[in-house]
Amino acid sequence: MTDAALRIAIPEPRPRGAPLWLRRRPELVLTPLVFLVLVALWQAVAWSGVVSAFVLPAPSAIAASLVAGLRSGLFLQHGLVTLAEAAAGFAIAVAAGLVVGTLIAEIRLLERTVYPCLVAIQTMPKIALAPLLVVWFGFGPGSKIAVAAIISFFPMLVTTIAGLRDTDRGRLDVLLALGAAPLRCLVSAKLPGALPHVFSGLSIAAVFALTGAIVGEFVGASAGLGYLIVQANARLNIPQVFALLLVLGGIGVLAYGTIQALRRRLLFWAPKEERSSP
Amino acid sequence: MATPLIAVRDLTKIYPTARGEQVQALSRVNLDIRPGEFVSLVGPSGCGKTTVLRILAGLIRDYAGSVSLRGQAMRGPSKDVGVVFQDANLMPWRSAEANVMLPVEVLGLDRKAMRPRAKELLAMVGLEGFERKLPNELSGGMRQRVAIARALIHDPALLLMDEPFGALDAMTRDTMNVELGRIAARSNKTVFLITHSIAEAVFLSDRVLVMSSRPGRIVEDIRIELPRPRDLDIIASPIFSSTVVRIRRLLDGEDATALPSIAH
Ligand SMILES: Nc1ncnc2c1ncn2[C@@H]1O[C@H](COP(=O)(O)OP(=O)(O)O)[C@@H](O)[C@H]1O
Ligand SMILES: [Mg+2]
Repeated sequence: MTDAALRIAIPEPRPRGAPLWLRRRPELVLTPLVFLVLVALWQAVAWSGVVSAFVLPAPSAIAASLVAGLRSGLFLQHGLVTLAEAAAGFAIAVAAGLVVGTLIAEIRLLERTVYPCLVAIQTMPKIALAPLLVVWFGFGPGSKIAVAAIISFFPMLVTTIAGLRDTDRGRLDVLLALGAAPLRCLVSAKLPGALPHVFSGLSIAAVFALTGAIVGEFVGASAGLGYLIVQANARLNIPQVFALLLVLGGIGVLAYGTIQALRRRLLFWAPKEERSSP
Repeated sequence: MATPLIAVRDLTKIYPTARGEQVQALSRVNLDIRPGEFVSLVGPSGCGKTTVLRILAGLIRDYAGSVSLRGQAMRGPSKDVGVVFQDANLMPWRSAEANVMLPVEVLGLDRKAMRPRAKELLAMVGLEGFERKLPNELSGGMRQRVAIARALIHDPALLLMDEPFGALDAMTRDTMNVELGRIAARSNKTVFLITHSIAEAVFLSDRVLVMSSRPGRIVEDIRIELPRPRDLDIIASPIFSSTVVRIRRLLDGEDATALPSIAH
């Protein structure tokens, strides 16, 4: 048989069944489905009475608590407090991490003297500082901002240094052959080249900042989602604890999504995998 | 005869290695490049070609011997030199045109006045209409052409090129060679080209310097008596093939036995 005959004999396989987008990204449907199945199982366990409602409240009870909390404005009011603390801590950490990281990466003497100290501090679980910081900065937002800033500073510092160390020698040579000053090299080659690393730092720092603010509120506060969680826990209002965890998760997803969107915009030039990875 | 644009005397370079040993990369290299000349440097890999170029570019400052530009001792990079490296080394976040404009910004020249020149240079290297493209949207050959335009934007007298077409396929390379020959002749630039392609060196140059390895020194200075710019037809000429064969022999002898010196 000739090629032509074969081509006529075998029809082109036609796409059938599911639409193209679904075949390409099945997770868009499957992930919510898995979630729904898990929630349904959970609800079934709760209804069966095997586990006490104190330990594991039914999803329906959690949903009711969530809706009530959102309706009354309670969650919004305290959520904004936590968000503001985390955002302030995050901003301080980002600025300090970029500046200190750049200084350490650029100045050999600082790398030899200051960096080892910072590495030593980094190995300590900084969250343990929270009670001390509440004593130092009081029960207001100051201590929460401090906790958030301290724990999110380190991922920013480390990624900034790693990014600057990763500078492409060839791009630097182009600038040096033009007689460029160190500051020019930093602005025109090193810092933009460090952005993929820095964005990894930003993603981690955002989550750390939120964690820091919550832990600060656990230790001592009169407002914020961490404060509400402690209150609800003490009253054994377990559905509300879960509802608050959901609100926190929502804030986390929002922060992460914002950073990812910014990353895609600023790293338009980078290889695809560097544009979207964590 | 005009004073040389570049004069190198007894240039010796020793690299310290991580283990505290020393690598002698260059030993008493002497060379002159006159204004408007196209000079190539060929030699086995690792013989010190890049080291020579980096010294001429002002990127290496600790060496023995003297290097002068227009009779002035060279101290570091000069505005009068443009460099094209082995890799295009473009800033990936800058468009083709913005990459070409980089030297303008670094040297503090008038951006507005230079923008038309950047466009002209991109057109000259055959990239009209690609001004807005990012490096990752360009092919390897196109990127290297952007790098050439970038090296020319500040109108340097001397263009240094380190195996600029090494990574390109043979056909693109031929095209680029013809273009480079034309650009050099039209803009009347002095060019110092490092290459491992003997044919490329003979095709483009007024003079080909042959370098030996371990430690690197210049063993032959071969004049190519053909008018420039040239087109690919000269590849068929007897002068071309006999010169290529002669250089080939020099390098083969060098590789096989590492002769201490080669008599003229
Ligand atoms: N930064 C460096 N440190 C130590 N040795 C080097 C360095 N750069 C080059 N060399 C050595 O110097 C010699 C010449 O290198 P290079 O100039 O790059 O040669 P080519 O460009 O001809 O291949 C090689 O043996 C190489 O290993
Ligand atoms: Mg080399």
